[in-house]
Amino acid sequence: MTTVAERPAASAAPEPPPAPGQPKPEPVRRTGLVLAAILGIWVLGWLFLQGSATLPLGRATLTDFQAKLNDLRAAFDAARDGNFFLEYVVGGISDGLEAFVVGAQDLLSQAAFPRPVPEIGWLGVVAIGAWIAYALAGLRSTILVGASLVSFGVLGYWSESIDLLIVTFTAVLIAVAIGIPLGIAMARSRVVTAIVTPILDVMQTMPSFVYLLPLVLLFSIGPSAAVMATLIYALPPVVRITAHGLRTVAASTIEATTSMGSTKAQLLRKVQLPMAKRTIIVGVNQTMMAALSIATIAALIDGPGLGEPVIEALQTLDIGAAFVSGLAIVIMAIMLDRTTTAASQRAEAERRSARYDPRRRRIGLVGGSVLAAVCVYLSRSYLWAADPSNLPDLGRPLAEAAGAATDWFTDTFSGVTGAIKDGFTYGLLNPFQSLLADSPWWLVAAVLLAVAFVLGGWRPAASTAVCLAVILAVGLWQDSMVTLTMTLVATVLVMALAVVFGVWMGRSKGADTALRPLLDAGQTIPPFVYLVPALALFGTSRFTAIVAAIVYAGPAAIKLVADGIRGVSPTTVEAAESAGSSTLQVITKVQLPMARSALVLASNQGLLYVLSMVVIGGLVGGGALGYTVVSGFSQAQLFGKGLAAGIAIVALGIMLDRITQHTAARQGRR
Amino acid sequence: MRTGRSRVRGLAALIAAGSLVVSGCGGGDIEDSAAPEGGADCGDFDMAINPWVGYEASAHVVGYVAATELGCNVEYKSLKEEVAWQGFGSGEVDVVIENWGHEDLKQTYIEEQGTAQDAGPNGNMGVIGWYVPPWMAEEYPDITDWQNLNKYADLFVTSESGGKGQLLDGDPSFVTNDEALVANLGLNFTVVYAGSEPALIQAFRSAEENRTPLLGYFYDPQWFLSEVPLVKVDLPPYTDGCDADPAAVACDYPQYILDKIVATDFAESGSPAYDLVEAFEWTNEDQNIVARYIAEDGMDPEDAAQKWVEDNPDIVQGWLA
Repeated sequence: MTTVAERPAASAAPEPPPAPGQPKPEPVRRTGLVLAAILGIWVLGWLFLQGSATLPLGRATLTDFQAKLNDLRAAFDAARDGNFFLEYVVGGISDGLEAFVVGAQDLLSQAAFPRPVPEIGWLGVVAIGAWIAYALAGLRSTILVGASLVSFGVLGYWSESIDLLIVTFTAVLIAVAIGIPLGIAMARSRVVTAIVTPILDVMQTMPSFVYLLPLVLLFSIGPSAAVMATLIYALPPVVRITAHGLRTVAASTIEATTSMGSTKAQLLRKVQLPMAKRTIIVGVNQTMMAALSIATIAALIDGPGLGEPVIEALQTLDIGAAFVSGLAIVIMAIMLDRTTTAASQRAEAERRSARYDPRRRRIGLVGGSVLAAVCVYLSRSYLWAADPSNLPDLGRPLAEAAGAATDWFTDTFSGVTGAIKDGFTYGLLNPFQSLLADSPWWLVAAVLLAVAFVLGGWRPAASTAVCLAVILAVGLWQDSMVTLTMTLVATVLVMALAVVFGVWMGRSKGADTALRPLLDAGQTIPPFVYLVPALALFGTSRFTAIVAAIVYAGPAAIKLVADGIRGVSPTTVEAAESAGSSTLQVITKVQLPMARSALVLASNQGLLYVLSMVVIGGLVGGGALGYTVVSGFSQAQLFGKGLAAGIAIVALGIMLDRITQHTAARQGRR
Repeated sequence: MRTGRSRVRGLAALIAAGSLVVSGCGGGDIEDSAAPEGGADCGDFDMAINPWVGYEASAHVVGYVAATELGCNVEYKSLKEEVAWQGFGSGEVDVVIENWGHEDLKQTYIEEQGTAQDAGPNGNMGVIGWYVPPWMAEEYPDITDWQNLNKYADLFVTSESGGKGQLLDGDPSFVTNDEALVANLGLNFTVVYAGSEPALIQAFRSAEENRTPLLGYFYDPQWFLSEVPLVKVDLPPYTDGCDADPAAVACDYPQYILDKIVATDFAESGSPAYDLVEAFEWTNEDQNIVARYIAEDGMDPEDAAQKWVEDNPDIVQGWLA
């Protein structure tokens, strides 16, 4: 606990502009002493009381509460026929979504009976995609989109890729339509923020395995339930980051505008939204990435897309095939990311450029549309332009190469990595876990409350109390403590990576360009792809679960830190440099402190992303809550327990979130 | 619900057609595929694909026969067991072709809701038990008797097992009494949950490759057994009713007679596909051949099914008679 608690303090401690005459090291040192005292008491208590009152629960045992959740689901299942709301409102949404997705599939990706191929073949889809990219983003994006789309065919996953694009676009469109207005409302009103934030927290931390079954009950098996599952997980980033972007528009700018007599609507349209645009696009990007990352999970309820080949490959431990289908997801992510970013920058750049000629652009657009129409015609008429299996097949050789390379790597290094796993687990993870999970529950609860109070004051302490009460109520205390251990360790590692790489990327455009595709890959490649190699390297263990969480959560945190560092005004940095500060001083005294809100956001998001990997961790030996969630999805009689574990994960997430946020806010006030 | 779905299809076709007005009709060399023979008879046939290779093998063989011999429009839906059973009632799943026990699901969907029914055994026998990699059985021949497990417990200690021997369990979907077994047999072991089938398979694969000790839960039929022939540890033999009280279990797992579960609507629809499903029966050996085609030779399930069907016309004719 202390490890994570000290982190925001350490990174936030230096005062932004060195204010002369008011050095205040005392409170920080005092906090440190108090924390050390708490730790001391805790260790003493653990020494004498370990093993008592740890509240364990057997694998197959259900508490009354969990059994009630089971009954609730059974009652819901029985009541769904003949319920007006479920049949017509939810059913209507479900039918509409399915019609939309299936219609798009017939048009673009799946054989539209009686045709043996879709209405528009691959050539036509590539041409249309490239044309849209040209219209929205420019020539470079046109090439990127064209090449990416062709690569889906060449890799051998054409229809699955286009299916995934369809599901993702459907979900992201809905997410943006709901998310941006909601973000604006949050930025404007504290009440809305107070109501919406916990809901977003739940959406982002509740493992999707928990709501897959209820979603299937509501929206039936297939595309509509897959879209809804994607939407639930992908919505929060765009809302949060929109609100964050609007809030960080400088107060002085807003004052200047309002003093000139602007109305609230004008302020929003003319000042806040344009100034926050860059951040909002980051939010849309994050939403897209989140949407893609849920693709494999959606495949578990027969959601169309690239998730299916990944899951299939996993069943036969076919690393090569999993890699190639995962690669297609990564390519898609990079394509969408770059194109949306370019689209947001284009309008501005054109307006500024003197050479911009609207007539030339119009000619380009019309010419492009004629070309696209010709390609569509060809793809409707000729099999070579319709069926992507006529493209050269790179997928198979690539899969074989990837499989061989992974085999070599794991064979060569599994001895070393096994030793690393053992060292880390025996040296750090096991003792820390014992401290949390083998101490009596009341001692750990008291420690957590005290830490929350010391670091953040009574508000996070109150949140902690509520969250701990929830964990006790759902009856999964010991499992929660094991999961908490893994989460804290993984988050600390994530933040360490985020500060190092984020600062590097924020300061160097070259590093940014080089690392960004890797980060996108880490964030979007389905964990199922690297689980098998990770298992070969580290065995089935909690350490493997931590590694998987870092691969997924690291990139998001790194990107946010990099964005924050880049947001630091260059004049401030120049001023510090000309005053003779060394690079290290510029980073630690100017850039990191001034990017503090980005750091908080990064640790916050890092934490939530780590928590969202708890279930994946459960698939590779992480045990505890993650395993319980999976078992609830897999066995009817454990549904209630799985849901309870999901609730416990949410409670852990909200508790950690509140403690870090308030700690940072308090440091900021000093 | 079936009509609901065709409405969705109709709406979808309308959207697709509407957005195509601009592109006009194609000429060229693409020809509409003819409606399959007898298609009117069979219609849609929705098969759940539960996530393991043996299941996939059975499902695709039945699906291939249904499509080629009966002209069914076969749809495969990848679903976990629990979700698949839920789909019986909503008309989205017609068949689960390989069911392992699942008394609780039978209770809910067959007894209580009546949306599903039993279509008899599929001929496969399921074996569940504790296994060690072959190198261990060679090196420690007496390890296959459970009474000697404590003697070797130290070998099985890992970073996850808290000082005791590790017994690795797999996917939470599968029936397991292992915690009770360990306690009731007085074994100095602790159950560690790998959490998924791939994790379990990879663990056994590494254990055999690197000659590291491993004791784990496994089952047959499973394609991996033909790559690494794991050796079963003998627990106290199963007798009728010895597993009646889950907390007091001290005997081996029973043999499972794997069966076929179908949607009630489907069974009463008069579809020829139902007769095929009811007649379908094959051996573990048959399934393992097809599973090997898929898992080890990297064949497409559809091609694997075709190959087996063409090699075994007599068996297939038996199902259709």
